[in-house]
Amino acid sequence: MRKWALAAAMAALFGMGAAEARTVRWAASGDPNTMDPHSQNVGTVTMVLQQIYDALIARNPQLGLAPGLATRWEQQEPNRWRFWLRDGVRFHEGEAFTADDVVFSITRALAPTSNFGIFVDTIERAEQVEPLVVDIITKTPDPILPNKLASIFMMSRSWSERNNAPRPQNTRAREEIFTVRNTNGTGAFRLQSREADVRTVLARNADWWGWREEDSREANVTEIVFRPIGSDATRIAALLSGEVDFVLDPPLQDLTRLRAAQGIRVLEGPEVRSLYLVFDTHRDELLYSDVRGRNPFRDLRVRQALYHAVDIQAIHRTTMRGQSVPTGTLFPPQVNGYVQAEDVRLPHDQARARALLTEAGYPNGFQITLDCSNNRYINDEQICQAIAAMWARVGVRTQLNAMPLAPFFAKIQREDTSVYMLGWGVPTLDALYSFQSLLATRNGAQGDGIWNYGRYSNPQMDALIQRMKTETGEARQAAVTEALRLYRTDVPHIPLHHQMIPWALRAHIQMPHMANNQPFFRWARVN
Amino acid sequence: MSGAIARFRDSDLWWSFKRSPVTILSAVVALICVGGALLAPFIAPHDPFDLASLNLGDAFKPPAWDEMGDAIYPLGTDDQGRDVLSAILYGARISLLVGFCATAFATIFGVSLGLLAGYIGGAVDSVLMRIADIQLTFPSILVALLVDGVVRAAVPREVHDQIALFVVVFAIGISEWPKFARTVRGSTLVERNKEYVLAARVIGVPSLRIMASHVLPNVLGPVLVIATLNLGLAILAEATLSFLGVGVPPTQPSLGTLIRIGNDFLFSGEWWIAIFPGLSLVAMVLSVNLLGDWLRDALNPKLR
Repeated sequence: MRKWALAAAMAALFGMGAAEARTVRWAASGDPNTMDPHSQNVGTVTMVLQQIYDALIARNPQLGLAPGLATRWEQQEPNRWRFWLRDGVRFHEGEAFTADDVVFSITRALAPTSNFGIFVDTIERAEQVEPLVVDIITKTPDPILPNKLASIFMMSRSWSERNNAPRPQNTRAREEIFTVRNTNGTGAFRLQSREADVRTVLARNADWWGWREEDSREANVTEIVFRPIGSDATRIAALLSGEVDFVLDPPLQDLTRLRAAQGIRVLEGPEVRSLYLVFDTHRDELLYSDVRGRNPFRDLRVRQALYHAVDIQAIHRTTMRGQSVPTGTLFPPQVNGYVQAEDVRLPHDQARARALLTEAGYPNGFQITLDCSNNRYINDEQICQAIAAMWARVGVRTQLNAMPLAPFFAKIQREDTSVYMLGWGVPTLDALYSFQSLLATRNGAQGDGIWNYGRYSNPQMDALIQRMKTETGEARQAAVTEALRLYRTDVPHIPLHHQMIPWALRAHIQMPHMANNQPFFRWARVN
Repeated sequence: MSGAIARFRDSDLWWSFKRSPVTILSAVVALICVGGALLAPFIAPHDPFDLASLNLGDAFKPPAWDEMGDAIYPLGTDDQGRDVLSAILYGARISLLVGFCATAFATIFGVSLGLLAGYIGGAVDSVLMRIADIQLTFPSILVALLVDGVVRAAVPREVHDQIALFVVVFAIGISEWPKFARTVRGSTLVERNKEYVLAARVIGVPSLRIMASHVLPNVLGPVLVIATLNLGLAILAEATLSFLGVGVPPTQPSLGTLIRIGNDFLFSGEWWIAIFPGLSLVAMVLSVNLLGDWLRDALNPKLR
């Protein structure tokens, strides 16, 4: 009898233990290359950090704006926005969240080593009005400031200064500061342990303000274990065997099998992200080419030739297995400013490509190195291999240099490249974000051309971007349309496709699929 | 020359070879592998290194006997439309090249150190053999990974891609030398006290000369056996390194690289991309190993 009682007690104990730990084991191909909230505007980093940090303004599952650390906000004057902060919020290490932390975080995001300048470029300064009221003064009226601030994470001033991290880590110089491995946010989860490239463990922050909100009331995840698994086959084997619960980027070749598998669900949807090949159109001589004394990519005909050489339908059909939307423009239709008539590709035409190369003075082609990531975008290395073969067929001998995202981003951010593949998501869902980051002349100031590592520069484009910043309504759309046309005719990039982002998860996990490819575990439920 | 052939046909080696069907079969398979690899540029239906010849439209074609297959791709194509058969032939070149060079390196290095240790003895012997002992406690693939990792961290990426092949040869070679050194040292200890060596020493032949022209030829028998067996191991080590993605650069895919690429498609039903390179690797290593076994038995009078 005593034995039975003991066994029952044990069972109850274990049963309780199982009920309490609701862990989501999450795998993706790449690992975040930093934990600093303002140093790398890269989706792989954001997808982990947004579990830990909050922004003034949050996004709901449909990507609309929602109250975050600010409960309400108002444009009081053309150049002044006021934010009322949530009361009683504490950082994971206990500091109270105040207006001073907002001032600090905005200033930090404006620092020269920040990679988030695009979101704060119009900000002159932030001012504390009261302990829980903050004003942001802009240089010019900025109607979409709340959209941008939804991407700026809030840090604690005292914690950052105490740990010698008052400014973001300089990734280009491979700098190592406290915030690269440590976090202190106000978010739903706290960083429990992290081993770069191996495992990142997040634990539920029971004090998080948002658990009481409508969207999160059902959420019950207590722990997130993130593991990067580079090999496609291993990642899927881990999911099928139950070793992980959620794969952010299941390999496309396995989707059919996953859809049929017992106990696995595939959530499908488009991502607001487009892929391009970006040329170095700035240097007089390319770094990685056998052409001496001139830069072939400064010649429009060469850029057009390489565009004509790309058979995007073959990539769509074979490499992407139908999971992509080929495009001829800068961003997908979900983005404000999209124009269907400008979404037209130069046709795949090898003869035309060769003729253009000959016309430009390269009858025998030339040699070039294409830089690519191999764990950032869906099938990125395979896409680049296919592009290399397609270019080789028109005589442009292409060396492929594919590498993991950390060295890849460091390399292109040093402008140490001649042509590279980039995928660009649009968190603000507005045209200006893409134009300003990717195509405005890179002048050292925060914002303009911050991700324009090919250093494309065209006064006409710069003028149009200026108009997008200041004008509104029809006049602004006219500027966007004209800029899209210029993008199509001047070929600063070769656009490839918009990504589709299937997520694969075990059936007992519920969470909304996000069009920015950023899972939010504050809405996840483990059954 | 004809005398040498006649002598070989008279030898024990040929006699035992003729009597072992397994050995003959292994020799044939090994010959096919080596021949196929050497003649790859002439017999391969396509050039897998010529990007311009690839057609993405031909990707994922199953082997020719499948109804979806295409006769010009006998073993099917991979994710980029590369002919799997041609990739195997060219890949075998890399695998064999690395295998041979790494074994040659390990043999020369190990035999030299073994000779020195055995002949000189004393402190030299102790130091060399303790190093060998320590290294023998690690699995050799770990040593190879270590060497490769250190070189990777030490030289810039661009340089590394150019010297990657040498690095792999060195990494595998250095991980295998203790076997050779230990064997040769043992035989040298025996030979060193024989009369012919003493005689040479008495008439004043320099030590190096004695080691090279008198001792060395008499200790080479077992070395030949170890080298043959080691060739199989070296090929496997290279495949393992390449499978882990740290071996030869992906622009020159070896069999291990091909298996790694194919591994990503195993679950989705495109089995031929991984299976055929895998089978080739098995055939190659197995035949070499069987030949090594035969050589060991044939050269060991006690086993007859």
